[in-house]
Amino acid sequence: MVNDHLKQEIYFMSFRLATFLSVAILLLILVYVFKEGVGVIDMKFLTSMWSHRDITSGGIFPAIMGTVFLALGVSIISIPTGICTAIYLNEYAKDTLLTRIIKLAVRNLAGVPSVVYGLFGLSLFVVFLKLGTSLFAASLTLGCMTLPWIITTSEEALKAVPVSFREGSYALGATKWQTIKAVVLPHSLGGILTGSILGISRAMGETAPIIMVGATFFMGYLPNSPFDKFMALPYHLFILATQHSSPHAREYALGTALVLITLVFILNSGVFAIRYTLRRKKEW
Amino acid sequence: MMKYWARITRSNYRNIKEKSIEVFFSAISITALLILIGIFVFLFITGIQAFSETSPAEFFLGNDWNPSAYTTPRYGTLGLVTGTLMVTLGSLIIAIPLGIMSAVYLSEIASPKVREIVKPVIEMIASIPSVVLGLIGILFLSPLIAGIFGLSSGLNAFTSSIIVGIMVLPTIISISEDVLTSLPQEFREASLALGATRWQMIKMTLLPAALSGIIASIMLGLGRAVGETMAVLMVAGNSRAMPRSFFDPIRPMTANIAIEIKEVVKGSLHYEALFAIGLVLFVMTFLVNFISDIIIERQVGRFKW
Repeated sequence: MVNDHLKQEIYFMSFRLATFLSVAILLLILVYVFKEGVGVIDMKFLTSMWSHRDITSGGIFPAIMGTVFLALGVSIISIPTGICTAIYLNEYAKDTLLTRIIKLAVRNLAGVPSVVYGLFGLSLFVVFLKLGTSLFAASLTLGCMTLPWIITTSEEALKAVPVSFREGSYALGATKWQTIKAVVLPHSLGGILTGSILGISRAMGETAPIIMVGATFFMGYLPNSPFDKFMALPYHLFILATQHSSPHAREYALGTALVLITLVFILNSGVFAIRYTLRRKKEW
Repeated sequence: MMKYWARITRSNYRNIKEKSIEVFFSAISITALLILIGIFVFLFITGIQAFSETSPAEFFLGNDWNPSAYTTPRYGTLGLVTGTLMVTLGSLIIAIPLGIMSAVYLSEIASPKVREIVKPVIEMIASIPSVVLGLIGILFLSPLIAGIFGLSSGLNAFTSSIIVGIMVLPTIISISEDVLTSLPQEFREASLALGATRWQMIKMTLLPAALSGIIASIMLGLGRAVGETMAVLMVAGNSRAMPRSFFDPIRPMTANIAIEIKEVVKGSLHYEALFAIGLVLFVMTFLVNFISDIIIERQVGRFKW
């Protein structure tokens, strides 16, 4: 008996250690990027144009704006499409063969490697539809990639609305669409929103697809139409880390990484805040 | 009479409106299916043309990838595939034990308060862009590895396995934890009532019951490891030579596509061969996801109460 408890203690202790190791890895990454990258961050770094010849005299403003434009483009494309698909799958679709195939497609799309989305975007949007390497082509490519994530999380949010809510609405004589519009959507909006934000924040950090469909390392101006090329934070730090000869490239790469991580984490903590307030409000 | 007709048309109008809204939603939901088919078709059309000039035998079994050779360009992908398999295997060896142990801790041992804090932190690891992990790999981890093992360069299969392992970890933890948490409370109570310690309960009741779900989480992690691009592109060392050990530099399939696609002439054999590699990747991850999907479906159906 004593032996069993000792054994349990040993196992539990190792499980605890494993978990804290996982957490420690995250903290180590954050501390490292912060400590090494914070030195280069000042107003000039954040707000001035990139200077190719002497990287210390310029900033990453166009890369920040490029990533923000890209995130907006992806949101416009994938969020409405994702929500409509989720509404159809959860509210309207009967268990037909087509529905099952669509659900299967959504789950499989979520597992397609990002570099494959890049090849797809290159051959469909850039070459076949002649959009060229541009912000528009990149938004479409990443829009396809984020779509399955947004569908999945929106579906979860819709499923979490109790059936009794819908029945109550029908009993009052509302049609299906009126029920969705007035009852289901308002109650699932928080979940849909958090899922969408998480999807977009992941898209912001994606690098491989945008290498192929529109990101560029050096641009002296901001993209002034969707058909322009653009700079982006993840691609920028990739080039700085691997292909740049300047002695300052290392700290500038880390500074760029810090800005990117901060952007992603701001979006993520927004999500946690929304989730937290929602959980307190829900009482059914 | 007029009133009667007015009512009919109004309800007709309502029906038509309801129906057209449904049709609108169903039309949009086909997008996902079209994208999946589109990916396959566009990769296939371009990729298959590579085989008009290079034989499938050379493509799949040759280990010499050298499309820009001056005399005879070579399109053998075996070395690249081996690189992918090594990173996948290495990252899973790191992530599986760590992931399952963390999942058990979070679902069965940790107090609710600890779980509340640790779960979002683990989710945060999933949101770190892979290019940032690659940067950590280049600047921090590879000099460390090179120092420990006395290598000239730390950019190799071993280092990239660690980095990709970190990326796969959250997938394995969160899905395994979900599966464990979803097991019926009766399993735990029955086991404890028979006099088992909590560890015996976990080992003999919970882990066997959750096994297929845990396997599915590993499969999904495997899919992510196969498809991971930026981290391996930066950390794996980019050598096209056939790797002999985990301390050799490698070039996985994903990294090879990302490196070369910007430099090739569109429509050239090299371009088509890169699409063929993409097609192989797509088929590999499709199969992995398909199988894990079936496993998860079964797991969900098994303990419905």
